[in-house]
Amino acid sequence: MITYDAIRLETMFQRLSTDRRGGLGVFITAGDPDAKTSLEILSALPDAGADMIELGMPFSDPMADGPAIQASSQRALRAGGSLQSTIEMVRAFRETNTSTPIVLMGYYNPIYSYDVDRFLEDAIRAGVDGLIVVDLPPEEDAELCLPSLKVGLPFVRLATPTTNDGRLPIVFSNTTGFVYYVSVTGITGTKAVPTDLVSAAVARLKSQTDLPIAVGFGIKTPTQAAEVARYADAAIVGTAIVNTIADSLDKDGHGGKKTISSVIRLVRRLADGVRGARR
Amino acid sequence: MMANSAAANTFREGPDENGHFGIFGGRYVAETLMPLILKVGKAWTEAKAEPEFWAELKSFHKHYIGRPSPLYFATRLTEYFGGAKLYFKRDELNHTGAHKINNVMGQALLARRMGKTKIIAETGAGQHGVATATACALFNMECEIFMGAEDVSRQKPNVDRMRLLGAEVHPVKSGSSTLKDAMNEALRYWVSNAETHFYIIGTVAGPHPYPQMVRDFQCIIGEETREQMHEAEGRLPDTLVACIGGGSNAMGLFHPFLDEQGVAIYGVEAAGHGIDSGAHAASLTGGRPGVLHGNRTYLLQDDDGQINEAHSISAGLDYPGIGPEHSWLFENGRVTYVSATDKEALDAFALCSRKEGIIPALEPSHALAFVSTIISDLPKDHLIVMNMCGRGDKDLEAVLPRLEEMGKL
Repeated sequence: MITYDAIRLETMFQRLSTDRRGGLGVFITAGDPDAKTSLEILSALPDAGADMIELGMPFSDPMADGPAIQASSQRALRAGGSLQSTIEMVRAFRETNTSTPIVLMGYYNPIYSYDVDRFLEDAIRAGVDGLIVVDLPPEEDAELCLPSLKVGLPFVRLATPTTNDGRLPIVFSNTTGFVYYVSVTGITGTKAVPTDLVSAAVARLKSQTDLPIAVGFGIKTPTQAAEVARYADAAIVGTAIVNTIADSLDKDGHGGKKTISSVIRLVRRLADGVRGARR
Repeated sequence: MMANSAAANTFREGPDENGHFGIFGGRYVAETLMPLILKVGKAWTEAKAEPEFWAELKSFHKHYIGRPSPLYFATRLTEYFGGAKLYFKRDELNHTGAHKINNVMGQALLARRMGKTKIIAETGAGQHGVATATACALFNMECEIFMGAEDVSRQKPNVDRMRLLGAEVHPVKSGSSTLKDAMNEALRYWVSNAETHFYIIGTVAGPHPYPQMVRDFQCIIGEETREQMHEAEGRLPDTLVACIGGGSNAMGLFHPFLDEQGVAIYGVEAAGHGIDSGAHAASLTGGRPGVLHGNRTYLLQDDDGQINEAHSISAGLDYPGIGPEHSWLFENGRVTYVSATDKEALDAFALCSRKEGIIPALEPSHALAFVSTIISDLPKDHLIVMNMCGRGDKDLEAVLPRLEEMGKL
């Protein structure tokens, strides 16, 4: 069994800390709207200003996602996307980029179906830097979290507004890489980030862990991203990105140059916002 | 680890404290829901230890639901088939017309205990939705029902009933617009309203403690059957048969008999257009283990672990999964799982209406279709109990054109 030793997340958070700023995480679904366009978007994200990438593993039944990310998952699956092709996409990305962290984000069933050990091995080989699996709470750590930690691959846990103080130690216990704070009680892309509450929540989390805290769900604009980046270690934007992809498609649902350019334009604006919010 | 292995000489001890029946079950939900799921589990553990909780539920059983439901000797069908004696457990006579109310009244009492006044539920055939809307009217609770858009159109009478009872019905248009998608949407809504709403899940699936809790509320079916059969025949039945979508009516009938070695038990899944056609809802026969909707269980899925759409003429069985305890009973062999096609169910639907004057729901029509394949070869003193878990009024619109085509009208 191979182990993970690339430490790209650690390096990134150290650099952000030296630069005295928060980072920008960008979410796209692998294979949306098709494998080729998706890889071109992915490859262009670092230069556009993404500090890290959350790469969605498409799933037929994304129960924590709102309509926008559901639709992006559907587009990817219709275009032949799978867990296999998601891993392949990371491998292809690493041919030209060896520094930007990629965290795979999604649901457990495709991984379980792929086989956990085989998945970990293939993901590490391809250049994946961490996992976020929405439907694996600490209560189910034996499934993937512990096997992942055993081979050194960061397993990033979600903390939410409903995670009370009593539960925080449980949530932090087997978390590595960073903690993903879900800024709203809800699904992706439906409510706007309540900045004051989130700032207090991040402070609460930081008082109990040394892990970096990234914030996501509900961050759509450069202004919101900048506000969050003032107190969190990273702001993650997903729905606004996949909506931009959706809006760029032609009437047959195909992407093109416009898809890539409009995503890049949005990411540049978000990155400018985040970088302008030095602490 | 495993409190409920066959080696412990009982099939009735599960699940373990983390909700596992062997490798099945569990709590695969987003962190947002986890604290609430734990609260529901704690409240349920407390409530079920209190005699007052059960006394109140029992009173509703008797005066509101109309329990015990009769155990009826189906003489004309028995005569027609010319083999074993066929009994129907008449849960279609319950208030609201199906077994669903047994579970809903229990969960509504639990929700009230927890101080919740806002209820959500998913529904397929609409029976669980109607039962939930009914309990919410009775307990003065707000009620929102998530129902696949496809099911909204094929089960219109139930949609009308829910609205009349004061519930808001949300048609769900994602995916295949059926029960699976309704459950996704209900879970999404719950994630967004976790602190205020109680989710009344309608079958023995979902995150722990739901599979166990729903089973415990439905076990009244099997417990009554045991007593009534003793009264009628002075002994245990020989064979139990029930249809399975998520599997709550079946689990309710089966569970009290699981440790009776001499009782053969059959669960009947929906084979749709036939297992080989791929258009079916038989998770055990045609699926493999996976994780969806909070539990590990058998699922219809492709090679990549994407969930396939199920197909059944019966909206209540049209689901690509099954309760985790059924997956466990399938793998350890205690229960035999079989299937019946749309067409076989329609034949049984017509037959039961003509022979017994009982219009069955499409769901138990699948159970009767299977009964018809074994009953004639069994001896005359063999006792079969089939759960007549719902009545067919809701299905007429979907069924009548099909029966006309088949020349059965």
